[in-house]
Formats: sequence, structure tokens, C-alpha cells
Amino acid sequence: MIDLDQRRAVGEPIHDAAPTGDIRTLWDDHLLDLKLVNPANRRRFKVIVVGTGLAGAGAAATLSELGYQVEAFTLHDAPRRAHSVAAQGGINAAKAYKADGDSVDRLFRDTVKGGDFRSREADVHRLSEMSVRVIDHMTALGVPFAREYGGQIATRSFGGVQVSRTFYARGQTGQQLQIAGSQQLLKEVGAGRLTLHTRMEMLDLIVADGRAAGIVTRDMVTGEIRPHTAHAVVLATGGYGNVYFKSTLAKSSNVTATWRAHKRGALFGNPCFVQFHPTSLPVSNEWQSKTTLMSESLRNDGRVWVPKVAGDDRPPNDIPEDERDYYLERMYPSFGNLAPRDISSRAAKAQLDAGKGVGPLRNGVYLDFADAIARLGRKTMEERYGNLLDLYVDATGEDPYTAPMRIAPGPHFVMGGLWTDYNQMSNIPGLFVGGEASFNYHGANRLGANSLLSASVDGWFVLPWTVANYLAPRLGTEVPPDDHPDVEAAVSETRERVDALLAVQGTRGPDEYHKELGQLLMDHVGVERHADGLAKGMDAIRELRDDFWMNVQVVGHGQQLNQELERAGRIADYLELSELMALDALDRDESAGAHFRSEHQTEDGEALRDDDNWTSGSAWAPPGEDGRPIRRSEPLTFEAVPLATRSYK
Amino acid sequence: MRLSLVIWRQADATAAGDFERYELTDIAPEVSILELLDMLNAQLVAENRDPVAFDHDCREGICGSCGLMVNGQAHGPVDSTPACLQRARSFEDGDIVTMEPFRADAFPVIRDLVVDRSSLDRIIASGGYVSTATNAAPEALTMSVNKIESDVAMDHAACIGCGACVAACPNAAAQLFTGAKVAHLAQLPQGQVERYERVRSMVETMEEDFGSCTNFGECVPACPADIQLDVIALLNRDYARSMFRVSGDEEVRHKDRRDIPWLSRLRSGPWWQSDPDDQPHATS
Repeated sequence: MIDLDQRRAVGEPIHDAAPTGDIRTLWDDHLLDLKLVNPANRRRFKVIVVGTGLAGAGAAATLSELGYQVEAFTLHDAPRRAHSVAAQGGINAAKAYKADGDSVDRLFRDTVKGGDFRSREADVHRLSEMSVRVIDHMTALGVPFAREYGGQIATRSFGGVQVSRTFYARGQTGQQLQIAGSQQLLKEVGAGRLTLHTRMEMLDLIVADGRAAGIVTRDMVTGEIRPHTAHAVVLATGGYGNVYFKSTLAKSSNVTATWRAHKRGALFGNPCFVQFHPTSLPVSNEWQSKTTLMSESLRNDGRVWVPKVAGDDRPPNDIPEDERDYYLERMYPSFGNLAPRDISSRAAKAQLDAGKGVGPLRNGVYLDFADAIARLGRKTMEERYGNLLDLYVDATGEDPYTAPMRIAPGPHFVMGGLWTDYNQMSNIPGLFVGGEASFNYHGANRLGANSLLSASVDGWFVLPWTVANYLAPRLGTEVPPDDHPDVEAAVSETRERVDALLAVQGTRGPDEYHKELGQLLMDHVGVERHADGLAKGMDAIRELRDDFWMNVQVVGHGQQLNQELERAGRIADYLELSELMALDALDRDESAGAHFRSEHQTEDGEALRDDDNWTSGSAWAPPGEDGRPIRRSEPLTFEAVPLATRSYK
Repeated sequence: MRLSLVIWRQADATAAGDFERYELTDIAPEVSILELLDMLNAQLVAENRDPVAFDHDCREGICGSCGLMVNGQAHGPVDSTPACLQRARSFEDGDIVTMEPFRADAFPVIRDLVVDRSSLDRIIASGGYVSTATNAAPEALTMSVNKIESDVAMDHAACIGCGACVAACPNAAAQLFTGAKVAHLAQLPQGQVERYERVRSMVETMEEDFGSCTNFGECVPACPADIQLDVIALLNRDYARSMFRVSGDEEVRHKDRRDIPWLSRLRSGPWWQSDPDDQPHATS
């Protein structure tokens, strides 16, 4: 029997995270309540924005335009690089450009339901409302959204919904939005209004006198560690899916900024909610660096199948139609191949577990375009998915136009992140969080094409208003000087941690630990979880962490570009975060969305929520004196979208 | 498969660099050039030697972080493909593969294969954008765009900012990069308002750091985003036009209007906004 109380403590619930009122006018009403900063006074405030992806670039550019002193930080060599570029499929918006019944309220409802009723209604409604502005704004910035022949903007339907509301720019939507965002950021740099720091990694948050007052950075080229102080700090540092080692994420994506903020007291929300993407590339060799995402827009025109009989070794085109199992169409007739990601991922895993996997390592399922090519022609397919399919040809040497593609579930997006209130502010006053780094929109499962949306909405259309609201009453306050005891402490602790990593002088490189950690997580905190496995996983993670600090080997020194040192620091944080992920998964004694506990399922094998006990978000405080992390619950209420069991049958 | 890697090693920006040779075995054909470096680095770390520093991120050809010269070619032997998607199957068993940082004065070496490409961002910062304030955009459908023109804009917008065009160019010119941005925005109605100021400013900034284009065309096969030479033609055309439409001299541009006293007073705004610091009762 697992004694949860030995592993975690339960703290006070959180009750006042979002204002109440009519959800349809809540954000407008709230804007009236937000305090303003006089244009002439904005220059007296300094705001730090960490991360220059879609959320960070938007917030930094807008705040700078408004007249605040903004300093933006990125660990990349250029602001255009952030992982936002990799989102292929598109961005949702409730524009209702087609007569298919879409509306702001429907996008809202789809997002709440898609998140399996574990997100905040108020926040999701705002997301849906502002989606309309995002498309206008991005179009104005020159994003070449796909067009119809009449000149209107084209849309398509996307995993998990029955309306056509996804806007796209070929298979490069994220890239185009990110480039537009980074151009706005650079516009401010060029005008001399914004200071941009590239190749600069945030290693700690400075909390002075109870408020977020800056960050500690390491210059990745010179190794210099120094503080930067400000009136407010915005973290837009992305998600932590790379904790699994092989994922669909870019290699530099990491948890360090948000985890360091958590260690300084910021609550971490729902760390166990991780989405596995059903259409990523199966691993084919030891050195394959990631499970590259094949956008799920492919599922619009592709049919997923496996051979009916386990161990069928025939090439796919030799397997006759009646010996194929189009399992998604069979199990979910109304949604078919467009069933939500968590359902598709779990269904694929069930087929793999049953020995029906295809490919050399039997670790994938087929995604077949034969019907679509017959119906639409090869040219249309090339137009819709050209570069995705090229990517596949290159990675595998196989041609998806003549034989079905192989896909497998891979870790993709984390719904969890730093806990924030309705203003995107964490429990540390002055610490704001946006985009994937925060936790509030996607509940237990994110709808396809909603991640570019949440990053854009936070960056361009929420943070500029709410940061101002926080700053307004702080007029006249000074940022803490570099010799403030809290600033000095943060800097010296950062130096000590870097020195400690270099001092271990062990025998195993950081990547070896990362691979081992990734496997542990895939086994115990993956697509399917179970209490015993989670408890075992936690213990194994702890052992691995102890081993890391005894035996890790970081080649080189700290006063240079040292990518091993960067990796070691991030993996040290993953080794702590992963234990909290397992603990959260163990603590949340239900299945919800992407969090599937095998002991909680219906007779049909669907996720079985426990609404009586778990209609809540979990916000974790760092361990108290007894070493146990403290879970605080935020009760969730569903009035506009009544609680219901998802059904995609 | 077995390969010998001959790699440029340079401890930092000021150090003298040199080539070092390493042997790699058991290489699967679908391993990428960056994964070759991963394999080598695992080997070096196990021997407690400094791993090779190189830039990389998404590893799926879209972020533009990676970039190195492979056997003298930017990104590697296959045309229009970034290093992360170039595979070992391009080489023969036993080949010697030389890897160097991108070559250009505008891209100083930081360490090993890592270079500083911030000169590209300076070009963008000088005009590669549409100036629209957040929250000021009209309904997107009010502006129709012909599908074919929109597709062409997308072709130009596909640039991933890797800098391979510069590295491949004998003159280390950045015309393909700059032309792609200028052409993308010139193709769309949104980009018209600032069209000629943009090209003028971007070209002037570009010429501070980069060489001149002499139409070798080496940049095109090196470009992972398949940007074509026509963007350079458009860049030159728009730049030439800008000579007639835009004066580079701020004084000349606004001279006639500044000369009218009452108009110049109006242009500087209402008196109470003329200098925000003068406000007696500034409130938040």
C-alpha cells in the first residue's frame, strides 16, 4: 500500500484565482477594473521578459511599444529560433468564416471539453474571445495565411473538432507567427527602445521583499553570471516535454526558468498533464535525436490502421483491405481519424501492446493517404502537406505518396506549468507567466492548434494589460540594487550550483542521465500510468538524481561556451521536476484527459474521471521543512459548460 | 558505416583554431549530420575530452539554428537541405568528412562550429517588419489577397534565417536573406505602406556588414527554404525605385512641411503632450 501522506502534504486550497460573473463579458468587465499607467510614467518601469518565442516576443514588443523599458532574454542566438517555429498545423480562431456553426462560445466549449474539464472556464473563454484579434493582428503583421481563390483567408478542421476554424500558413504556421513576432521585437530593438540579450540563460529568479524583482543569468558565451533587476518579470519560457529525452520538442527547450521560479516559491500547476502526440515519428535507431512531429493535420486526410493479425510482416500495400483494422474509425465512428490526441495516442499504444505494431521495430501504426490521393489528387496533397511529407521521406527514406507513413505516440506538449491567476500572474507578486510555461487554458489535454493560440493571446492580448495593472500602484518604487541581500543571495546560489556541477568530476556525461530518466518516465509516467508504477518511478528518479550528483561528468570549465554544462544544469532540474510529475500523477487518483490511470477506466477502456473529488487543479508548493512537496487545490466550477463525460464515439 | 570526421576546433573567438581528425564507426545510414556530431561528442565525453560545440535546436529543418560547412558546402552535400536533415547515406563508407563553421566576416566564430549571426538580425531590425501596433489591426477579411500572390509571399517568407546563403557566397553577401524578407512583405498589401523605406534601410544596414552580390547564385542551392534568385532581382528593383521615392536624408524628406511654422507646431502635437516630463501632475 502506498502511503501518499509520506510523499506529499496538503495545503490550503486556492479560491480566488478568477473573477466571477457572466463569462461572456468577464474579460471586458475585468479590463475596466485593471489599473492603467500614464504614458509618461511607463518609461519609469522596467520589465524583464524571459523567452522570445511567440508569447515572449509578443509581450516584449507590445510592452516596449507602450513605452515601458523592456529587457528581453533568450538562450538562442536570435529571437526567431524559439520552438514556436515547429508548430506546423495551424492556429485556431473563432472567426466563423464558414457556415459550419462555429462561434466564440463553441471554441470555448470545445477547449473546455477537450481539456476534460480540468481548466478554468473564465480563462478559456478569454482565450476564445481573443482568438479573433490574434488572426487580425497576425494578418496585419504580414503573416501569409493560406488563401482561397476569392482572396479570403482559408481554414481547415483539425484534430478533435467538427468545424473548420484552423488558420494555417502551409505546414509552417508556427514559424510564420514566430517570425512575425520576432520581427516586431526586432523593430523595437532597431528603434532603440528594447534591449535584447541573446545567448543568455536564466538560472534563477530574484525575489526581493516578497516580489519578483529580477533574474540571474549566465552569459552562455563568456560564462558571466550576473543579476538583472526589474519591476516585473514575465516568464514565457515554454514547456518541459524534453524531460522525456526523446520528444517532439526542440533540443534547447527546457524547464530551468520555471523550475527555478518554483524553487523560489512559485506554485507549479498540474505537472503530470503531458500530451503525447499520436502522429510523431517512431524511433528507428539509438542516435535518432527526437521523435519528430508529423502534424496531426495529416489525420484530416489520412486513415490510421494496423494489420488485424499481430505479427503480420507483409509490406503495407500487400495487406488487403479486409485484413486491415482501421481502429480509430471502428472505435470512434463519429470522429474517426480525428479523435482527440489523448484518445488516439492511447488507442495506438493499445495496438502496439497487442503486438500489432508495424515497421522494423514494431513501434508504429500506419497513416495511409491512398484514399485521399485517389480522391483529391497528388497535387492537392502536395499543396496541403508538401513539406511535412518531404520531411518524412528524408527521415525514413520511404515515400508516403506510395506507401503508408508510420507514426507513433511521442511526448509533445505539457498542459502543466507555473500556476497563474486570471491575470497570468503567479503567486509571487510581479512574476507573470505566459504561453506553454503557464498552465491555465488546456486542462488535462490540449486541443490541436490551440498552443499557438494560447501563446499569442497571452503575449499580445493579455500580459500587456495585466502587467500594467500590477505596475500602476508601484509608481515611484525603485528596483532593488545589485547589493540588495536577496539579489546577492540569488547570484551566489547560482554560482554555487554551477560550481557544484563542475566539481562532481564523475564518469557519466549528462546525456546518459537524461536518456535513463527519459526511459523511466516513459515506463512509469507515460501514456498510461498506474499507482505502483508511479511510486516505483519516484523512487527510481530519486536514486538516479543521487547518482547524478555523485557521478556526473561535466567536461570543460564555466568561463566559456560550454554546452555540456548547459545540459547538466537543465538535466539537474529535470531530475527534480520529474519526481514532482510522478508525485502529481500518483496524487491525482483519477483519469482525466492525457492523464490516464489504468486503474480508473470505463469498461470500454475510456478515461474515468472522478468529478466528486478531483474537479480541481493541483498547484504544488516547494517542499516544506519535512521535505514533502505541498499540494494546494484550486476548485474548478463548470457553469457555462456543464460537466459531462467526453464521448467521441 | 565508418567515417572520418575532420573538424575545425577553436576554443573561443580569439583563439587560433585547427582541424582535428576523429574516427566514427557503426553509423546507420539515416543518422543526420548533427547526430554524427552527437555520436562523436558522446565518444569524446567518455574520454573526458572537450566535445565539439555546435548550434542546433529543432532538428527538423525549421528553426535555422544549425549550420556548418560540410566538405566545403553550406549544410552539406544535398541541396536545399539543412544540416539536421542531411543524412549519413550521402557519404560512402570510409569517407573523410570535413566540418567547418560557416565562413563569413559577418559571422565571427564563437567556438568550434558555433558562429555569431546577429548581423542578420540587425538587417531585420532596420526595417524587416510591418509597423502595426498591437490591438490596432482591422478585421482580417477586409483585405483580400490573391491566392497565387499569397502563395508567392509564403515562398519568400519561408526563409529560416540560418545564414547558409551568406556562407555559400564567395562574397559573403546577404542579398538572398534580405531579398527574401523584402520580397515577402512587398508581395502583400500589408507591406506596401513602408515598402520603399524598408528596402532602403535594410540594404544600407546590410552593406555595413556583408559583401556585395555579384550574381554567382551559390546561395540558392545552399538555401534549405528554397528561396530563389528572383528575390534578389526584386530587392534590386525596389532599392532602385526607392532612390526616386524615398530620400535617405530625414531633413530633406520633411523639409517643406517643417518650413511652415504653424504646421510644424501642429506636427509636434498638442502642447500638453509636447514633453511628457513637463507634466506638473503626472498620475498613474
